[in-house]
Amino acid sequence: MDASNVDYVVFFVAGAFVLLGAWGVILSRNPVHSALSLVGTLFSVAVLFILQEAHFLAAVQVVVYAGAIVILFLFVIMLLGVDRAEQLGVDPIGGQRPVAVLIGAGFIAAMLTAVIAGADSLSGTAQPNKVAPPTAGSTVDQTASDIEQLGNRLFTDWVFAFELTGLLLTIAVVGAVVMVRKVKGDLAPLGESVIDERLAAYEARLEETAAEDAADAGSHGTTDADDEASADADADEDAAGVDA
Amino acid sequence: MIGYEFYLVLSVLLFSTGAVGLLVRRNPLVMFMCVELMLNAVNLAFVAFGTELGDLGGQLSVFFVLVVAAAEVVVGLAIIVAIMRRRPGATADDLSVLRG
Repeated sequence: MDASNVDYVVFFVAGAFVLLGAWGVILSRNPVHSALSLVGTLFSVAVLFILQEAHFLAAVQVVVYAGAIVILFLFVIMLLGVDRAEQLGVDPIGGQRPVAVLIGAGFIAAMLTAVIAGADSLSGTAQPNKVAPPTAGSTVDQTASDIEQLGNRLFTDWVFAFELTGLLLTIAVVGAVVMVRKVKGDLAPLGESVIDERLAAYEARLEETAAEDAADAGSHGTTDADDEASADADADEDAAGVDA
Repeated sequence: MIGYEFYLVLSVLLFSTGAVGLLVRRNPLVMFMCVELMLNAVNLAFVAFGTELGDLGGQLSVFFVLVVAAAEVVVGLAIIVAIMRRRPGATADDLSVLRG
């Protein structure tokens, strides 16, 4: 298959927009801007789908992703009132960002290696006896439209998965309704307050036991010694495990 | 038609961008958007492989990924709404109740 220059131009322009949108998602301080960048990425991916002649998927991508999912995101952002700019300058967990960037670079390196190593395995120029030749195993009928073919395969070979999809969507709808419904009475507070309560209860228990221990004089020293002894034993076991 | 390797490289870059964003950002909504980026990278690779092999299975897989992504977003956003109602302005770092 020969590629015309137009294909390359479309690919590189759309690809640039895909990556720009992706960077916009992760670098925007405001979640609304992130959502709008996401629309740009999703649209560009739809363009790339058209370039690969997956017309139906391109339409679904625009309608479902850009039209429904991003709108849902924006809806929730506005509903919760979190459309304020975030402070991105601070890094609450020290060293998290460098490590994340390192992991990302590792991802890119590993997957690019895989792509380069397997570059010719699909097109068949490297191995003549490869598993799936592009034309012999082809299930694409060039005369029919891709919607027709997708429908045919979907309701014959993939019909069970299609039915499961319906079940999945039903579960998702029911789950969403159950999770966001109003509950009668007061909700247990989330976050620090719960932890504070538990910490207070834990400390109270500690004080109780300490008071009991204090009544029984001399017990403190022995327990400390026991703890140290058991810790030493654990360390020895670990070392033995490493040696074995 | 241009070679599928181009799409795979773009897919790798998009996936890694999404992964880094998921690790770096603390707003749960933005983290969800990063998951969508990663799913889109996989979709791109699926379609590229399907086109290269002349198999419609790639496009059908993308169809199912889309449906699962929609269900995931619905449930995930419901969880976020439930969390934010109890504790407005919560970030991913604050949600440590399960730590015990």
